[in-house]
Amino acid sequence: MSADTALAVEGLLVSYGGVPAVRDVSFDVAAGEIVGLIGPNGAGKSTTLHAIVGLVRAQRGEVTLDGRSLRGRSPEAVARAGVALVPEGRRLFAELTVEENLQLGLAARRENGSVRDALAEVFALFPILEDFRKRSAGALSGGQQQQLAIARALVAKPTVLLLDEPSLGLAPTIVDLVFSTLAEIRERGLAILLVEQRAQRTVALADRTHVLANGELRLQLTPQDAGDTDKMIAAYLA
Amino acid sequence: MNTLVASGLTDFLHDAVEPQVQADAIGLGAVFALMAVGIGLVFGVLRLINFAYGQLIMAGGFALAYASERGWPVLAAIALCVAVVVGLSLAMERIVFRPLRGQSPASMLVATFAVAFLLQSIALIWFGPLGKNAASLVELNQPMSIGSVEVRKIAVVSLVTAAVALALLLLLLNRTSIGLHMRAAALDFPTARLVGVRANAVSAVAVVLAGLLAAIVAVLLTVQFPTVTPTFALNETIIVLAGVVVGGMNRLLPATLGGFAIGYVSGILGGALPTNQSQYLSTFLFLLVIVVLLLRPEGLFTRGGHAVERV
Repeated sequence: MSADTALAVEGLLVSYGGVPAVRDVSFDVAAGEIVGLIGPNGAGKSTTLHAIVGLVRAQRGEVTLDGRSLRGRSPEAVARAGVALVPEGRRLFAELTVEENLQLGLAARRENGSVRDALAEVFALFPILEDFRKRSAGALSGGQQQQLAIARALVAKPTVLLLDEPSLGLAPTIVDLVFSTLAEIRERGLAILLVEQRAQRTVALADRTHVLANGELRLQLTPQDAGDTDKMIAAYLA
Repeated sequence: MNTLVASGLTDFLHDAVEPQVQADAIGLGAVFALMAVGIGLVFGVLRLINFAYGQLIMAGGFALAYASERGWPVLAAIALCVAVVVGLSLAMERIVFRPLRGQSPASMLVATFAVAFLLQSIALIWFGPLGKNAASLVELNQPMSIGSVEVRKIAVVSLVTAAVALALLLLLLNRTSIGLHMRAAALDFPTARLVGVRANAVSAVAVVLAGLLAAIVAVLLTVQFPTVTPTFALNETIIVLAGVVVGGMNRLLPATLGGFAIGYVSGILGGALPTNQSQYLSTFLFLLVIVVLLLRPEGLFTRGGHAVERV
């Protein structure tokens, strides 16, 4: 664990009714880096994220943010501590407007600034959201909704950003946009944990990528491995 | 036989359109609408039907009776009523609702039933079955003239109070931060928590608001029914629950309209049914409820089908 480790997960064990979904998972994410977490369906990727934010209880293991433990905290306490999750399927409030969704994101912010400035920052990242600010979130396209989901997470100025399969169901051009935005956010010093099924693109973007299969971490890949599909297939079949 | 039914119907309609009956029915509708909002708010945010809501109103009624017996000024009596009801609501939230958060609907149902019976039993022990008198605002039961028509003051007061309360509630829900948090929690509680909405805060605010409404209802009901017994507001709560289901459980506006509608119909039936038939009021009312639910199970005032768990 280096000095600027933002998020550290150690020995995480999460079981559902006695069946372990995540076994002895350990990794960390530093400020200004993207760590990828890939794996097949049911590998335990979402469970890992849910355990970090307190949506599910981990039976064993430790999750720390800047050295402080997050174990046992409620989801809203974790959010207010500076960990933001962009959930699988976006989970936007479809009946509320774009602006209201963003205002909700402000619930977790730690500094008191003007709402206008906070919104202005995310509008700069995602200009399309400003155009649609008064529209209901449900009226947006899939790609726009994904942008809104990320913006909602960012508006609270978190230290750590977790994303659960943001490219799911999106057209390739939108995936490009999402991934390039993540690269931009990385430049701003955020610690980003990216859970994805699109293995190749994730490995290419992230500084390091862990492969999770059957609840266990199998392999660590770097961008150099992005072209090396054999190694990756071996990791999946292992 | 036909002429008997026809004349019975004509008499009923004749009585039903009388201004006094209409005004009373609207007043009752307004009171039931407030109860519906109280129940709907807690259901929306906590996903919990508070079967003990009637007992909150009863507690408020007893507080008013306590104050009335000691000759307290009206405002002090109302203040005591609000304090007792809100205090009791918060206690319920902390002791019963919060530990049950996320449990099965069946558990929550049984728990609120238990609380309802508990409060009723306590009231029975403390105040006896004959109850107490809450007579502070009885002059509101007197008639007043609107133009050429005489209606009871309480009908007008009920309507105005309900309108103001609902307008304030709408302002709170739509224009404040906590209101936004509550609306989000009602739409998707886990995701709301993920973005930082405090579960305990929205829970407490919903319960306090419902409690405030219950206190208002207690004041309005004691005007027409000054004797507060342990079963005070019990019948009304059951009727309002039916109204909320008929109106549409899942959203606040349909639930409120449902409460108003069933209150209004109840008032018309109460005012227009001949006295020897008045014991059938509940029968007629619930027959109507069954018919409406058979024809439109998703609720009368909902748009499109929202699948709701009916318990």
